[in-house]
Amino acid sequence: MAKDGLGLEIELTLALPGGGGSEASGSMEKKEKKRVFSEFSGEETNTAKKNKMVGWPPVCSYRRKNSFSEEEGTKMYVKVSMDGAPFLRKIDLSPLEGYSSLLMSLEKLFCCYIGEGESSEYVPIYEDKDGDWMLVGDVPWKMFSGSCKRLRIMKSLDAKGIGLHAKDLLEGISIEA
Amino acid sequence: MHSFHSMLNYFPEEVLEHIFDFLTSHRDRNAVSLVCKSWYAVERFSREKVFVGNCYAISPERLIARFPRVRSLTLKGKPHFADFNLVPNDWGGYVQPWIESIVRGRVNLEELRLKRMLVSDESLELLATFFPNFKSLVLVSCEGFTTDGLAAIASNCRFLRELDLQENEVEDRRGQWLSCFPDSCTSLVSLNFTCLKGEVNLASLERLVARCRNLRSLRVNNAVPLDALQRILAQAPQLVDLGTGSFVHDPDTESYNKLETSMQKCTSITSLSGFLDVSARCLPAVYPICGQLTSLNLSYAPGIYSDELVKLICYCNRLERLLVLDTIGDKGLGVVASSCKELQELRVFLSDVYGIGNTAVTEEGLVAISAGCPKLNSILYFCQQMTNEALIMVAKNCPNFIRFRLCTLNPTVPDAITMQPLDEGFGAIVKSCKDLKRLSISGLLTDQVFLYIGRYAKQLEMLSIAFAGDSDKGMLSVLNGCKKLKKLEIRDCPFGNVALLADMGKYETMRSLWMSSCEVTFGACKTLAQKMPRLNVEIINENDQIEASVDDKQKVEKMYLYRTLVGPRKDAPGFVWTL
Repeated sequence: MAKDGLGLEIELTLALPGGGGSEASGSMEKKEKKRVFSEFSGEETNTAKKNKMVGWPPVCSYRRKNSFSEEEGTKMYVKVSMDGAPFLRKIDLSPLEGYSSLLMSLEKLFCCYIGEGESSEYVPIYEDKDGDWMLVGDVPWKMFSGSCKRLRIMKSLDAKGIGLHAKDLLEGISIEA
Repeated sequence: MHSFHSMLNYFPEEVLEHIFDFLTSHRDRNAVSLVCKSWYAVERFSREKVFVGNCYAISPERLIARFPRVRSLTLKGKPHFADFNLVPNDWGGYVQPWIESIVRGRVNLEELRLKRMLVSDESLELLATFFPNFKSLVLVSCEGFTTDGLAAIASNCRFLRELDLQENEVEDRRGQWLSCFPDSCTSLVSLNFTCLKGEVNLASLERLVARCRNLRSLRVNNAVPLDALQRILAQAPQLVDLGTGSFVHDPDTESYNKLETSMQKCTSITSLSGFLDVSARCLPAVYPICGQLTSLNLSYAPGIYSDELVKLICYCNRLERLLVLDTIGDKGLGVVASSCKELQELRVFLSDVYGIGNTAVTEEGLVAISAGCPKLNSILYFCQQMTNEALIMVAKNCPNFIRFRLCTLNPTVPDAITMQPLDEGFGAIVKSCKDLKRLSISGLLTDQVFLYIGRYAKQLEMLSIAFAGDSDKGMLSVLNGCKKLKKLEIRDCPFGNVALLADMGKYETMRSLWMSSCEVTFGACKTLAQKMPRLNVEIINENDQIEASVDDKQKVEKMYLYRTLVGPRKDAPGFVWTL
């Protein structure tokens, strides 16, 4: 990664692999000169993070402030069902910081062990805004909490039936926003 | 020819003035004022509306000296990129000195329209006190004032016709500003307070609406509940433009039924907006008026899913202007394409403003719209991805674009299918759309796209560029080719001193140039400022102290330059350095 005079680290773009930029212009240097959209990772320097956030995407500040995706201080209660349990519970997503906190809260609610690793009996899935059932852990936390309508703690055996392995699923959960 | 000119000179001034009355556009009036001295004189005394695109290009004193009979003034302050937090709040754009000058100049001001300016309560109070005939106040994207200032306007402007507040940051002082309209005020034609956060006295609002029989446009804020809206509509069935407040209610109630009835009686409403808080189950109340709508803005409505949006929009067969969130999806846009054949303007905004998710719209939605809506001439489109093929098709379907603004979530994303830059796609747009005035480009772009823009975009007036290009050649293509360019704003592009200094005279033909996070250096900016005294070259440096001896080779973080007749401004804050 190149460091330019202003101490910013230029990082890789979110473009799909083999993105045409370098080939088309024929030189890596141009790419380094450009301030590119840095990837969403926890290793950024403070200035890179600041640069990434300022002014992109170009949504005017009035809209940003009034956007409903800013739900500071509101509660986000969603229903949680667990296979085999006689009744459902409700959990508030807003105070949670990430997937580990979610797992811990769910484990506390149902007095079960979801955990990670192949021995896990359960797999958490959720219903999103479009009504699709998704695996918990694929997307950044904020995006998940904004689109999660309800949760279900599914038995791993049922999940394996579709050809998924618990270990792979839960690896995703350890990456948090 | 000579005798024709002599004849015109024999026309008494009143006749010339009468002829000039028919010239409504600023450009036409500017043009006639250049013909000869007597036309200049007649024109300047008869001009009532003045438009100042950059409040620092001229001083209020000089403006009033030239146009002493000005009645309507439009002023714009901060540069456009200020909308995206690239310009500090206190950069400038104060309206106070303008109002003070206008007061001193004894101008009979009736109309003031401000955009991106800093407005204080004191300014509003001055306005209210010194301009008894004041009729119209339009504030767009301004800040610095509170509801106390609004109270002053409401209390004192006895003939107020228009109070239009769009997207301003207004501090709520809980002073019941709306109740300050006296009972004698019956002149309101347009009232828009959507952007206000606080409560208004609902009874006062209803009485105000009831007595203003000429009210055509009413846009309320979120504090006005649905049942209050119903009572208002019952009093004002003549409304042409309605902005609802909170649209949340139990549909199985008396007041909801009453709303449906009142809404049905509003046969003149052609423009609908608001829905700042909405429950989808209440939307059917507007179905009866959908068929008459020409303008619909649902872009602030949270959480309406695509299916529900579509159920509403498919009734809107006369729609010419549509603003929505990307939750509408490609499928929803397909329905728009088949239902709204009169569509001229479409804006698809991000529902997830942090841009970390996926939008539900892609190039498919855009192509569908272009295919179904041949009258389309203005678009703002936030999307996940784009392809050259799609843009080429859009260019073929819609050669009438005047405004084309595309924004991909990832600013350097290549063609989703071929992985190539999007140069060809945008090239097709500029080649096909010969009347294109405004363009924003996005995605992976090389110098080639700028070659196309310079070659084909001959009517282009405003261009916004981010994370694009390879070298100075790109910027040079634009500066050389786009003869009508007025505003150029660039961020995070590898354009440097060669491009900046190649044609310095060009900037006097433009309103402004913004360059941030590019390759221009202090030295080059200093050179430019030195050689061009009629330009203000401002360096905005928030982090470091501005030192007298800055290394000329150091890159400039933010530069904003604009033509001006009055030299460096005196109100620049410490972090702005005019070279």
